[in-house]
Amino acid sequence: MIAKETITPAPIARPEWRLLTLLNNTFEWFGELGVFLVRVIRAALTPPYEGRELLRQLDEIGAKSLPLVALAGGAIGVVLSLQTRDSLVRFGAKSYLPIVIVISIIKESGPIITALVMSGRIGAGIGAELGSMKVTEQIDAIEASAVNPHRFLVVTRILACMLMVPLLTLVADCCGILAGWLANTLVEKTPLQLFISKGFETIGFDDLLPSLFKALVFGFIIGLVGCFQGMRTSGGTEGVGRASTSAVVLSSLFVILADVVLVRLILMLYP
Amino acid sequence: MIMERQDNKDDAAIRTQDLRKAFGEQVVLNGVSLAVPRGQTLIVLGRSGTGKSVLLKLLIGLQKPDDGTIEINGAEITKLPLNELNEMRKKMGFLFQNAALYDSLTVEENVAFPLRRHTKMKGGELQDRVRELLARVGMEEAMKKMPADISGGMKKRVGLARALALDPEIMLLDEPNAGLDPITATEIDELIRELQQERSITSVVVTHDMRSVDTVADRVAMLNKGSIVIEGTPEELHQSDDPFVMKFMQEKREEK
Repeated sequence: MIAKETITPAPIARPEWRLLTLLNNTFEWFGELGVFLVRVIRAALTPPYEGRELLRQLDEIGAKSLPLVALAGGAIGVVLSLQTRDSLVRFGAKSYLPIVIVISIIKESGPIITALVMSGRIGAGIGAELGSMKVTEQIDAIEASAVNPHRFLVVTRILACMLMVPLLTLVADCCGILAGWLANTLVEKTPLQLFISKGFETIGFDDLLPSLFKALVFGFIIGLVGCFQGMRTSGGTEGVGRASTSAVVLSSLFVILADVVLVRLILMLYP
Repeated sequence: MIMERQDNKDDAAIRTQDLRKAFGEQVVLNGVSLAVPRGQTLIVLGRSGTGKSVLLKLLIGLQKPDDGTIEINGAEITKLPLNELNEMRKKMGFLFQNAALYDSLTVEENVAFPLRRHTKMKGGELQDRVRELLARVGMEEAMKKMPADISGGMKKRVGLARALALDPEIMLLDEPNAGLDPITATEIDELIRELQQERSITSVVVTHDMRSVDTVADRVAMLNKGSIVIEGTPEELHQSDDPFVMKFMQEKREEK
């Protein structure tokens, strides 16, 4: 039997307290991320380098994401072509279709779609993999073998993301432009050569490089957030689930926020 | 002169002094002082959640104590910079409670992991060494298997082979026979004893299994509520009239 006096109502958290806790947790998260980043940079700059693991990650993160990214890029190309065509016809500017598609894919749609697809696939993958390694003491085992887990697990994954997201962005760009042409030519027959030459009339390296730089930053964010969430996992299997979900949510969010900043920065540097 | 002074000091491979560790409010270790003479095996007994695993993790520097000192081969490891700590870790083997095999690597690759990183072995030589280690723990057949495809007892054996890869002077074993059937548990204990005798390794074995005491231990320490209740030879443990020790032993006898 439970004595009556031991049952006390749970204290009701006041909204301002809840807000304070949230703020506190947010600052704590950023603080821990900073410390993590310093450790990772230090590990990246000192030998030995984990070439074998880097190659494995390049394959895992890059090659195996290829079909997904190509498909997403293609789909965006088709949608852009159909939507833009409709708008341009209204203004009697149909001949601008190739250039509008090429510019919007290269400058924005290609990098952001690749990054979001990769956040889902790679962010979750890294978060879950490192998370389960953490809760099953595999990360402790690496450390106990006198190997720096940051160098072996984190640096390799972040570098692989930074290399692969720009390359996959190029794939998404190509697939998007081709699919855009295909969707257009089904409605109104246009030779591919003409579509490409018109599309790239005013496009130069100055347009491509900033967007590849943007993809590199997105890759860094996806790798960093995925690894950080994975490495700080606690609380068993449930914790692994939380780590992979939060890795996807946070990396997608930071990719979009970084995009806002980077677009502004790029417009300032390449007016 | 210095050598002489060191020789005079008793030859303990591991020595801890007044170790304290707490996680938030929860005090896990509350002033633990232990010494393990070179080449001997100390078993640390205690109920679950008495800080046994934490003690082992402190000894290899995976966690830092809040207070107290840990000397491994005379060096105070809590103050060592990471690269020197890693040099020290190369001389130590650690068997984790659930073996902690890398589940993306095969059994063979798991054992090769420390060898690839800390020795110049390559190709055939590396493979021969891995085969030799796995044969020693009776797991040669499973070389190409993934950790998910082998049983708990087999994982422990592979974990042992991995811990032995760099010919350690010191072995730390966390519950080597927990979760195993009695026959496999005894086999693992016997294997540990044989390995210790072959290589004169200094070991600390953490367990709640009384059977290991008679097979493996030179000395025994019992932890309760973060403190050492008794430390001595297995005979001294059996003859102890400390109420906690007697209760623990009786419970374990009833479990059998």
